[in-house]
Amino acid sequence: MDLPANRMFRVKLASLVLMVFASWGLTSAADIRVADLPDDNGTALKLTWDLSNIDSTLTLFRSSLPETNWTPVGEFDEPRGSYVDRGLSRDSLYIYAFRLHSGLVLSEAAQPRASVLNRARVNQLLILAIFFALVLLYIKLASRGKHFFVRRIAGLRAIEEAIGRATEMGRPVLYVPGIDDLNNIQTIASMVILNDVARLAATYETPVIVPVCKPFVVPVAEEAVRQGYLNAGRPELYNPDNVRYLSDEQFAFTAGVNGIMLRERTAANIYMGSFFAESLILAETGFSAGAIQVAGTANIHQLPFFVAACDYTLIGEELYAASAYLSREPKLLGTLKASDVAKVIIIIILVAGFIAETLGWHTFADWFAAR
Amino acid sequence: MKNEVPVVVAFFTGMLMVVSLFIPHPVVSTPASVVRQWAIIITAFAYVLGVANIARISLHNVKRRQRDWQYKAALVFALATMATIGIALGIESGGVFDWIYLNMYVPMQATMFSLLAFYIASAAYRAFRARSPEATFLLVTAAIVMLGRVPIGEKIWSGFPGLTEWIMEVPNMAAKRGIMIGAALGAISTGLKMILGLERSYLGGD
Amino acid sequence: MAKASAGILFKFSRIDRRYIYLIILICVIVPLVAGVRMEMSVTAPVEGLYEAIDNLKPGSYVWLAADYDPGSMPELYPMNVALVEHLFSRDIKIICGALWPPGPPLAQRVFNELAPKYGKRYGIDYVNLGFKEGREAVMVSIAEDMKATFPRDFFGTPWDSIPMLQAISNLGDVKMIVCVSAGYPGIKEWVQQIATRYRISIGGGVTAVSGPEMYPYIQSGQLVGLLAGMKGAAEYEQMVGKPGLGLSGMVAQSYVHIMVVVFIAFANLVFFLEKRSKR
Repeated sequence: MDLPANRMFRVKLASLVLMVFASWGLTSAADIRVADLPDDNGTALKLTWDLSNIDSTLTLFRSSLPETNWTPVGEFDEPRGSYVDRGLSRDSLYIYAFRLHSGLVLSEAAQPRASVLNRARVNQLLILAIFFALVLLYIKLASRGKHFFVRRIAGLRAIEEAIGRATEMGRPVLYVPGIDDLNNIQTIASMVILNDVARLAATYETPVIVPVCKPFVVPVAEEAVRQGYLNAGRPELYNPDNVRYLSDEQFAFTAGVNGIMLRERTAANIYMGSFFAESLILAETGFSAGAIQVAGTANIHQLPFFVAACDYTLIGEELYAASAYLSREPKLLGTLKASDVAKVIIIIILVAGFIAETLGWHTFADWFAAR
Repeated sequence: MKNEVPVVVAFFTGMLMVVSLFIPHPVVSTPASVVRQWAIIITAFAYVLGVANIARISLHNVKRRQRDWQYKAALVFALATMATIGIALGIESGGVFDWIYLNMYVPMQATMFSLLAFYIASAAYRAFRARSPEATFLLVTAAIVMLGRVPIGEKIWSGFPGLTEWIMEVPNMAAKRGIMIGAALGAISTGLKMILGLERSYLGGD
Repeated sequence: MAKASAGILFKFSRIDRRYIYLIILICVIVPLVAGVRMEMSVTAPVEGLYEAIDNLKPGSYVWLAADYDPGSMPELYPMNVALVEHLFSRDIKIICGALWPPGPPLAQRVFNELAPKYGKRYGIDYVNLGFKEGREAVMVSIAEDMKATFPRDFFGTPWDSIPMLQAISNLGDVKMIVCVSAGYPGIKEWVQQIATRYRISIGGGVTAVSGPEMYPYIQSGQLVGLLAGMKGAAEYEQMVGKPGLGLSGMVAQSYVHIMVVVFIAFANLVFFLEKRSKR
């Protein structure tokens, strides 16, 4: 937002006064430059200075115009340097000064401006736009009746087998949706699978126990289970006490889940979502209790533990593919196909990047750098 | 209606967050910041939901003297005690809350974490079998990394740490990056499905 | 004779897992009680973090993110101690905050332990701002306006009454973020949300199991250094010259690793013999 005209006049007047002081020979204003920080929301200015002949500590002051109340911003040792001054107001004009033994070194006045587009992120925007376009294209193709092949995901098939076994043994199924909150997309993906698990379990009249680590997940998990029972046509079997908030604390939650496994002797343990150090403690306890176990997570560092201790494991993206795989909804299958095409594009880019870097042409790789 | 409103909310907030990543102008960044603040407040309120759920289930269990009701009673007692002490006496360093936290809660949590040492040993004992050439390869790599990560490995052969670092940074990283890219695409497409309202099963039924 | 020994081996292969646990327990306890220590070589990510902190000017500010809980204390607490030792010895001012509710008391415990040793005063040389719910949103909020995000410290003291904070308005006034991270939200989110956007250098420590996940960020230079697990803590203690829980724990870990390798070798020997006898 630009300053009103009468205020602008006062600003110009104050700048002029300061410039006159500077021109009286205190020091030159050319040594310190101030400019708007690009690609931000208009609350920062970038300062660069070159005071090569100075060797003492420099104190930087700031004042908003037309007032000239100098506020210290920071101390710097380097005669040449730069600093980003944040938390400024878009409606103000600022002037900066270094105080030296000989006097003040003044900058010109500058006003922070808001950018419409973060140019540093154009690369991410373009990649995201291509991916979004692919998803929309394949959804459209799917809704026109195009058939997409999806490979068999053994882990998802195993869930039915595990619930069947729990039914045969007359014991409950345990479903752990990870220990993260709903803002983690893995937890959302887990809720989709829970819906299907609850439907299957209701069909077999087998109870599903869902221990929850984050309170926010409780109502969503309750709704997913209730809906699963409803979809199976057995709403009367739904027991709200089986969705249990245990604790927000990782290992208190783990101890609670282990207690459920051992006391209620669950025959099938399904772990789907975001897991951390508790993964092996849960899976090993389940193994020693003799339960059939299926796990799925996109937390790469926990995958080896699940692979070692569980019967089946969904690896990374397979967790996200579950909803499309289970529902066979054409539009959802379309998004899977779009991910596959995106992966092919990424592979091509990787190969191209490898060749470009080997040939010493770094511009290609630099364009993809996170900024 | 029950589903339409959340889908509309998800669409607008989701798009706002995506757009705010690329458009720093206050027209976008200010509402995005407000939505973020709302998220902080709503998340804090979720604890009320959690406490209500745990109290309802546990008290119900204790009242009816269901199986293992004693554990539930202990849980409710601990919950009430910590909340009362924290609210009434404060959480200052050296206070009662702090003492309970450091001398009961901390060792109990650390004990649970320490169980990992035992579980890793038993899982490794069972899992690393040379059933096939690939499994043998995995087994040998695991042994090298285990030795390379501890000082005694360095004493056995000075090359273990270097070899371990190479395994972790090159072949391990290559495989992980592959899974990461796939998982990231899966996460983005799931997010997009939610924003566009294609994925609604997490909202329950109508 | 060979048959008899194979039979004993088979029996061992079906050993109750609690015997394995007992052996592991002995391997952990004996070195810790005996107080044995072992020197080790320092890896590049640890050296990177040490150098980054060592190059900070005395009097500059560091944001110490205590994003961990008692569950991960065995690995992360020694790191927190070693890092604060280094920061205090370099006269760097510490602003501590946490996105994990149990983080602030643990960080305070470190301050209580070390501040008297270095003659550091609360509110002058270090401050504990406590916990704030909101994860990534809080990170961005701190970067924009720290005072609005933490109007009071962990003990309820208003921001304006804390002398060292009067020179601070947002993360731009901080030279480095040092994060002790047990998971989400943690160091990865600090890198994704803050490092690139606000050009602040970030380093810190994570549990051993999540260490490999951070390697891409070290390779890309987004993390100046990293301590992974107890080994990272031990290496840092060695660099700072203050042997502590990390170095003594590493000996115990050494014996456990050796034992696990022995278990794997033994299990495979039995597996091999069983397969041969079936033929």
